[in-house]
Amino acid sequence: MLLIRCPYCEMERPEIEFKYGGQATLTRAPQTATDEEWTDFLYFRENIRGPQAERWRHAVGCGRFFNCIRDTLSDKIITTYKSGEPRPAGT
Amino acid sequence: MKFSFVSLARQALRGHQDWPEQWRSPDPKPAYEVVIVGAGGHGLATAYYLAKEHAVQNIAVVEKGWLGGGNTGRNTTVIRSNYLWEASEGIYGHAHRMWPTLSQELNYNLMYSPRGVMMLAHNHHEEQAFKRHIYANRLAGIANEWLTPEQAKQFCPILSIDPGLRYPVLGAALQRNGGTARHDAVAWGYARAASDRGVDILENCQVTAIRRDASGAVNGIETTRGPIATRKIGVVAAGHTSVVMAMADVRMPLESFPLQALVSEPLKPIMPCVCMSNAIHAYMSQSDKGELVIGAGTDAYLSYSQTGGLHVASATLEAICELFPVLSRVRMLRNWGGIVDTTPDRSPILGKTPVPGLFVNCGWGTGGFKATPGSGHVFAHLLATGEPNAIAAPFALDRFRTGALINEATAAAVAH
Repeated sequence: MLLIRCPYCEMERPEIEFKYGGQATLTRAPQTATDEEWTDFLYFRENIRGPQAERWRHAVGCGRFFNCIRDTLSDKIITTYKSGEPRPAGT
Repeated sequence: MKFSFVSLARQALRGHQDWPEQWRSPDPKPAYEVVIVGAGGHGLATAYYLAKEHAVQNIAVVEKGWLGGGNTGRNTTVIRSNYLWEASEGIYGHAHRMWPTLSQELNYNLMYSPRGVMMLAHNHHEEQAFKRHIYANRLAGIANEWLTPEQAKQFCPILSIDPGLRYPVLGAALQRNGGTARHDAVAWGYARAASDRGVDILENCQVTAIRRDASGAVNGIETTRGPIATRKIGVVAAGHTSVVMAMADVRMPLESFPLQALVSEPLKPIMPCVCMSNAIHAYMSQSDKGELVIGAGTDAYLSYSQTGGLHVASATLEAICELFPVLSRVRMLRNWGGIVDTTPDRSPILGKTPVPGLFVNCGWGTGGFKATPGSGHVFAHLLATGEPNAIAAPFALDRFRTGALINEATAAAVAH
């Protein structure tokens, strides 16, 4: 089980308190998007093997979404940071 | 070498000292007509049918690890075809009809055992969903029937149908001709038969790049055992498909998750069938060696770690103990994870890609083992002719753009 640090609660908590929210870098396709752009936004994912930026929600805690950099090969969490903040340098 | 009573007797008299190697381990040739990436069951079956039915002479299967060491060696060996939609009944039914004679065809004992696959319903909604599957399956000529709780217990005597359970058994859908086969033997059998027909199986040969010519078409791969020229590549890399396809700048609608399984210490025969429960997420059968083979769920997060959280496996064991109280003190022997490539509609992707000469067979997610022969068979046709046949056509990558999705989230039997 992962131990995840919630950047709002500033505590390391067990994974079962959180909900995984998928790839963090998705930008919603605009109303004017073509079929290809919609397809890409709706279904296609980076599926990164290595450090990936992802979203988690502290569902049983503060309830807020935040970002996480985790190495998907080792499952090691590199860092977590609040929504809207830039990805930390060097991650 | 052909397995027969005579060859077994001869080897027995010699103390089983000089069985030959089951397949060749050649060095890579500079060029092949077709290169298949991934020596799991699906990739090896593809190579076998390419050589056998399409007379392709010069085929390589490249594998970064050892043959059958990925999901082929990690799955829970369930075979069934009780999916909802016609397209799924097409491909899973095709595979299911190939299993009964496959051992004879490959001259290799796959230990295919159609002992029945029973899926339990624990609430009214599930009962309705399973009955809908039963009617749809019958229309498609696929066996599936409804059992009352008493009939379910008769079929699987160790099952608890106590109405006091937190999630009581309200009935079950039974596919009598569903069952299991020995997963490793499927990989070994196809490898041996393909090797006999001249297919080069190149283990410890990881693809590091996909080369393309000026027109964008593939013209080779780079591997850890040197470059290989080819005009046709079939990627059958399961959980690592996105990683391989990224080498050709092709994005995929896939996410890779760990799916866990466990086996218990060996027991005397106690479990006569495969029993699955979607709602409380447990499924189980017993191997011929006596181990209870138990399927757990996927972990919540994308991962390539081939492991997973203990809480996922223990939740499954809690469900097993509730359904089969007689097993509550059985000890678990091993627990592992495999990386499954899941698609948004829980159906596989089998088709052409935007890159000429590059084909993909992936997205089998949590339930690809059962489809191994059918998947290899239709993918071989696609690689040989360049066009999918009627069974494969609905599973094209393009369906995510056209919207012709094949939603099998209910039939997938693993909650994601």
